[in-house]
Amino acid sequence: MRARTATEDHPLTRWALVALTIGFVILFLLMPLIMVFSAALEKGLGAALETLGDPDALSSIWLTAVVAMIAVPFNTVFGVAAAWAVSKYDFRGKTVLTALIDLPFSVSPVIAGLIYVLIFGLQGWMGPWLREHDIKIIFALPGIVLATMFVTVPFVARELIPLMTDQGRDEEEAAISLGASGWKAFFRITLPSIKWGLLYGVLLCNARAMGEFGAVSVVSGHIRGQTNTMPLHVEVLYNDYQFVAAFAVASVLAFLALVTLTLKSFLEWRYADEIAAVHRR
Amino acid sequence: MSLEIDSITKRFRGSAGAAALQGVSLTAPQGAFVALLGPSGSGKTTLLRILGGLDFADSGSVRFADVNWLAVPARDRRAGFVFQHYALFRHMTVAKNIAFGLEVRPRSSRPSKADIAGRVQELLALVQLDGLGTRYPSQLSGGQRQRVALARALAIEPRMLLLDEPFGALDAKVRKDLRIWLRELHNRMGITTVFVTHDQEEAFAVADLVAVMNAGRIEQYGQPDAVKRAPASAFVQDFIGAGAPA
Repeated sequence: MRARTATEDHPLTRWALVALTIGFVILFLLMPLIMVFSAALEKGLGAALETLGDPDALSSIWLTAVVAMIAVPFNTVFGVAAAWAVSKYDFRGKTVLTALIDLPFSVSPVIAGLIYVLIFGLQGWMGPWLREHDIKIIFALPGIVLATMFVTVPFVARELIPLMTDQGRDEEEAAISLGASGWKAFFRITLPSIKWGLLYGVLLCNARAMGEFGAVSVVSGHIRGQTNTMPLHVEVLYNDYQFVAAFAVASVLAFLALVTLTLKSFLEWRYADEIAAVHRR
Repeated sequence: MSLEIDSITKRFRGSAGAAALQGVSLTAPQGAFVALLGPSGSGKTTLLRILGGLDFADSGSVRFADVNWLAVPARDRRAGFVFQHYALFRHMTVAKNIAFGLEVRPRSSRPSKADIAGRVQELLALVQLDGLGTRYPSQLSGGQRQRVALARALAIEPRMLLLDEPFGALDAKVRKDLRIWLRELHNRMGITTVFVTHDQEEAFAVADLVAVMNAGRIEQYGQPDAVKRAPASAFVQDFIGAGAPA
């Protein structure tokens, strides 16, 4: 028999904790996912696919992809810049800035949406000016992109700040003293050593950008075939009692999430050696 | 081509206390091995970083290689800097680490791939790490990492070698071996070397010239024997006496 160590708990405790975790995951994470897919396939695969061919459904899928394609790169660049500033420089107000980056996590997304309505809406601060120049932000793509960006700002920065703080400036300084320019130091030293954290942050950011409901709901205006993203379209269909269609679109969203998760796990498995080399000192 | 450091001062922003460097001057001939010896906080690392272009002096000047050294950007100085914690590129193999300084050169002055590979092999042999080129830094011991850091700094054919507590994190036996080896290497290559340490025994064992630093000033500067024989101040006597029981 194996000797027990000081940190090892009673077998019963261990068993209970494992059982609790597995039970929780099945009940609250796995079951709903299965329910989504099974509800979509209730009347067969053909019926589900047919609802996805509907122009409004296709438009919502396309709109979601466009929003993510704009919001995610913006927040990636911003996240790297913010993490760089916070982790490599000392300046006044740094702690306040770090706290502000977290703001979208603590503010309700609905409020995020309302902020943009107050600024850019017809009755808002910039409303009259925008109308004069015929620029539409609220109830149009720019508003949806802005709301999505607000909600997903923290993901990349949050992932990178602890990582880059931990790595310090030594390696960049070494690169510079060996003759590298600032850009070369960034692309050859900084970026490779944060790429796994960056990738993880981008994947999370993307998942949230595609799935965001609250903030987008406020600024979108729910115009079918024009300003409905996938999550909004799911709600519209559900309220119309079109259950198969609603769950079919929901399945696409869930499927995208699963692809994200699989991609991340695959990359972690494929590059395990390299990741270990970067993290061990 | 001597090294002439003249009245360097440096105060860190936001620090209310005394300046990190309060008018430091020293002169060393080309090819000298200079040790900056002092307790932590004496300003020795700050002076080294200024020589490497990683920190900037508030006033004062440095002349080296017949140029106004402080006006040369860090990346053009060809000052081989060896960091206390090695600062090896963790995501690169040992060979890639050593080749880095050659590979980031502008295309016009960059050696060919074959030349770089050859140079890496030479350097690996020089630091006695043949065959370890494909390893990652995390797979090496502390002493091996230190030698990789040195090989990487030597790859750029440095005009000056700057070593920041290079043996600080190593155990006593490895320290001793490495410092003998470093001194022999210096004898062969003749690169002007500035070496920061808080260990007076180490400083006296390897350096031609020792600058004893305290609170941002040089208390005494001279050959190891002279400093040992005639400490110029109570501080120097205390500092070098404390670690060297007669």
